[in-house]
Amino acid sequence: MIFILLPFVEMFYASLRPLDHLFRSPYQFYSDDLSFWAYQEMWNTVPMLPRYIFNSFFLASVTSIITLLFVIPAAYSYARFKFPFKNSSLYILLAINMFSGAVLLIPLYKVLRTFGLLNTYQAMIVPGVAFLIPTAIWLLKSYFEKIPIDLEEAAFVDGASRVQILRHIIAPLSTPGLVVVGIYAFIGSYAQQFLFAITFNQKKEYMPIPSGLYEFIGYTTVKWNEMMAASLVGIAPVLIIFLFLQKYIVAGLTSGAVKN
Amino acid sequence: MNQKLKSYTAQTYIAYALIAPAAIYIILIVAWPLLETIRLSFTNSSLAGEDYVGLENYQKMFSSKKFNGIVTRTFVWMFFSVSLKLIIGLIGAVLLNANLKGRSIFRVLVMPPWVVPIAIGMLGWLWLYNGYFGIIAGVGMRTGILDGPFGFLAYKQSAFISTIIADVWVGTPMVTVFFLAAMQGVPRDLYEAAYCDGASRWDRFFKITLPQITPVIITMSLLSAIWTFNSFEIIWILTEGGPRGSTTTLIIDTYKQALGNYKFGRGAARAVVVMILLMLFAGFYLALLARINKKISHE
Repeated sequence: MIFILLPFVEMFYASLRPLDHLFRSPYQFYSDDLSFWAYQEMWNTVPMLPRYIFNSFFLASVTSIITLLFVIPAAYSYARFKFPFKNSSLYILLAINMFSGAVLLIPLYKVLRTFGLLNTYQAMIVPGVAFLIPTAIWLLKSYFEKIPIDLEEAAFVDGASRVQILRHIIAPLSTPGLVVVGIYAFIGSYAQQFLFAITFNQKKEYMPIPSGLYEFIGYTTVKWNEMMAASLVGIAPVLIIFLFLQKYIVAGLTSGAVKN
Repeated sequence: MNQKLKSYTAQTYIAYALIAPAAIYIILIVAWPLLETIRLSFTNSSLAGEDYVGLENYQKMFSSKKFNGIVTRTFVWMFFSVSLKLIIGLIGAVLLNANLKGRSIFRVLVMPPWVVPIAIGMLGWLWLYNGYFGIIAGVGMRTGILDGPFGFLAYKQSAFISTIIADVWVGTPMVTVFFLAAMQGVPRDLYEAAYCDGASRWDRFFKITLPQITPVIITMSLLSAIWTFNSFEIIWILTEGGPRGSTTTLIIDTYKQALGNYKFGRGAARAVVVMILLMLFAGFYLALLARINKKISHE
């Protein structure tokens, strides 16, 4: 427990302390003038911080929306239909999860370069989506499977078209599932913003929080209190979303692995 | 019969049509790059262009002592990291499964390292590991374990251990949560029966809990081996593979060759090695899943 939480506590504590208290060796456990000063000052030290925050949210939102667009029909199909190669393709999806993006970087880099897409939002969104699709399909499939097929068949007998069934039966009933998968995709893409961002994008205007802050670590004197403050601001959104919805997310993720 | 067949094929078409967008996307962004990586590994591709060079990249790679060192290091790193994750995860899950006060709060509190962006968490660890002002060095100096400032990421061995610890920090919560979920799935009456027979706490753990969750333990060891193998951000942010290559794993080496030096061909050859190893892991994992599934459907 201490092992898990200490880094966060220390990050928070450091963010409250004045810089000259931090730069004392050996480490001082006590500081008397704690303040939120670093939280104001960081906007000056890291002038692009608002932009990084916007980028992070923008990238994560677009990535998760695109992921959902691809995943909804596919997951529905896996949940409802029987077809050749159904199981093997599901396993292939699982296997994709095991490849790190690092293996694919070279060809992706070359393609993005050829099409002049390096240093754009697209360069970070396109590969991001690909790595969210597999788990999202598995998750959403299990939600769709819970919707009783009788409901659909009854509607079909009553003469409803497939589109109507989708709109009036599937969509409302699967809202909780869609929300969970959407949040999974959001948190996932928010978290995976480092590798693709440092590889495919050098432009500050497009950097998400992690790569934006990482740049500052290289400087000779790191203003650690502001750094930690900015990091915590970067962490806060996912942590808040997670705390509110942790029950659903954990249940969704573990059910797949434990039962299968 | 005929009609049934017709509706079956019609269904198949719909099914495929619905999957097609996702499938095409994955083929373009994942499958094609994989094949292209294999092709590039036989060339000397760089920003300047490319020529076919046959097995040269592979020959150079396998005959280099440095590369062989990297492979060994990767596995040693992985071994320690995965074992620690499993052991701590198992202990954590047992504690969280016990009837303690406030366990629901603790269950939530174990998870932050898992959900927080790894890259940002590592910025925090950089501060913790700071040799002059960091808390770990500070505690060391005050207790007299260290006789002066100590940069944990500046020396070969300590950097190696430090990156493992940070990796364990990131990976343990997930393992814990999965173990906990598995433990809660163990039927209650098994414990009740054992309790009536006078089995001790230890007996109940080793004779009931452990065998019951073995499939999950095996799955998680493989999965976490795969993730640990792929671990990039943690090492990259903490040490960029240094000092003097002491934390350079296969993934880091691949990245450095390909996108640090723009030697796409050499990088691709390393990526192919990574791919083959990953496929072995994945093969194990999927075979295992298939076996477990079969067992479940038999019961």
